[in-house]
Amino acid sequence: MQNALLSAFLGGIACATIGVFVVLLHMPFIGVCMAHAAFAGALLGLWLGFNPMIGAFAFSLASAAVVGPLADRGELNPETSVGVIFSLMLGLAFLFMGLMPGPKSAALELLWGSILTNTRIDIVILGIVTALVIGIVFIFYKEIQATVFQRDMARAVGIPATAMLYSILFLTGATITASFSSIGGLLIFSLILNPAAAAYQLTYSMKRMFLISAGFGVLSGWSGLLISYLFNIPSGATIVVTSSIIFMFAVIFSPKRKVKGWQQKSVLEMEE
Amino acid sequence: MGVRSLNNCSIDIENAVVSYREDIALRGVSLKVRPGEFVGIIGPNGAGKTTLLTIVNGMGKLLHGNVRVLGYTLTPGNGHSLRKKVGYVAQVQSIDPRIPMNVREVAMIGRYGPLGLFRRPSKHDWEIVDMALELVGMTHLARRPIGHLSGGEQQRTAIARCLAQEPEIFLLDEPTASLDWKAKADILELVKRIHNERRLTTLFVTHDLDALPHTCDRVVLMKDGLIVGDGAPDKLVSVENLSRLYNLPSAVVEERHPHIHTRGR
Repeated sequence: MQNALLSAFLGGIACATIGVFVVLLHMPFIGVCMAHAAFAGALLGLWLGFNPMIGAFAFSLASAAVVGPLADRGELNPETSVGVIFSLMLGLAFLFMGLMPGPKSAALELLWGSILTNTRIDIVILGIVTALVIGIVFIFYKEIQATVFQRDMARAVGIPATAMLYSILFLTGATITASFSSIGGLLIFSLILNPAAAAYQLTYSMKRMFLISAGFGVLSGWSGLLISYLFNIPSGATIVVTSSIIFMFAVIFSPKRKVKGWQQKSVLEMEE
Repeated sequence: MGVRSLNNCSIDIENAVVSYREDIALRGVSLKVRPGEFVGIIGPNGAGKTTLLTIVNGMGKLLHGNVRVLGYTLTPGNGHSLRKKVGYVAQVQSIDPRIPMNVREVAMIGRYGPLGLFRRPSKHDWEIVDMALELVGMTHLARRPIGHLSGGEQQRTAIARCLAQEPEIFLLDEPTASLDWKAKADILELVKRIHNERRLTTLFVTHDLDALPHTCDRVVLMKDGLIVGDGAPDKLVSVENLSRLYNLPSAVVEERHPHIHTRGR
């Protein structure tokens, strides 16, 4: 249980911090893409008999390294380039699963994750990645802020914006892989997106958005664990549902709803 | 200023060729700009005007030719250091109305380049930003979320960001496009005032032909990736030249821009 609380704490912070980038860069599906890359890499490990974690890291970092340049050089919309990599990773995951002999239960477990059976090593890796994420946000805050606001403008004032974006993608890959075995490949997406999307509803300050998002990430993790413990249901699912409920409350109480209300109204008027 | 560049030019472009995919955006352009000059650049869409600006701030890739800006010879590697001294204002951008940044923070981005990595903005930097915001008349909106501003206010913020950068060259890429006539006039006046006060070397791409003669010292006409005219605005911006530039009969140009003179009148 202690391990589970610690992983929920670390994973909650790391995922929710990465989520701020994902939301501000308008690239929500980067999370799904990299989670599937990690899944494919882990399956390759299971099939060929090496540590699935190594395979997961290799695949998600490789896809991070491809998504950015593919979007830049191929002059694709970033989400299109994410989609192309996502479908490739999904295909590879199925391919490796098909080639893998014997029962597939170990593979399916990766999809759901198991925060309660985390080993010390898993937590150490998660701790390192979380420290890296926080450290980089802290050190390069101003460059990150400028890059997520307008990349071309950041480049025009002399900020290495392309390098910043690629580092953000790498961090995303690393975070997803490190939290992968606890939260599970399918569910991690919501732990990245929901706390940040909730924080986005509540503040006009980017610093506060990082803090609120991390707070919501930990809150989702811990209350999810508590509910899972009380009702004896899978923890991944309760964490995700909790984070969605937090998001719903954030939308309801958002001070930005005036803007949204106005937009919805004008859309409705157009439809009429 | 002349000490740095031997030939006394802020910008010295020699026979620049730039291409994007199959299209050649600049096909051998040469241009010298002296420190403090205000140069207007006009021409139809696709003439290479924006590309010309991007080779000045080192964002564009030269295929051929030579570009010297503020004493730097432009190579693919040294764009960063040059860009810190070159302010760039583009057209009105679409900004997410809920983006968590306020006007003051956006203007501060101009300081980030000169500050460099690992250094945080000091009190002095914030003072420079506040002064820039005051100069563009945005002090009362400094704490507003950037996404809540009108197009004209966004452009003022962008200009404040450039001023905060304390640049030596000021590049403006159709900053008044898509603004209403009042905002257009205000931004033009602001740009002119800044140029007069700070004597920044200014390149100003615009479609606002009527405003040109009052703003610029010099006009460059561009078409199909080439400079097709270069000189004083009242001589160069004539009905004949515009009809050639935009492939329009003289009568049409005259009808649309009644203030522009016909040569020989």
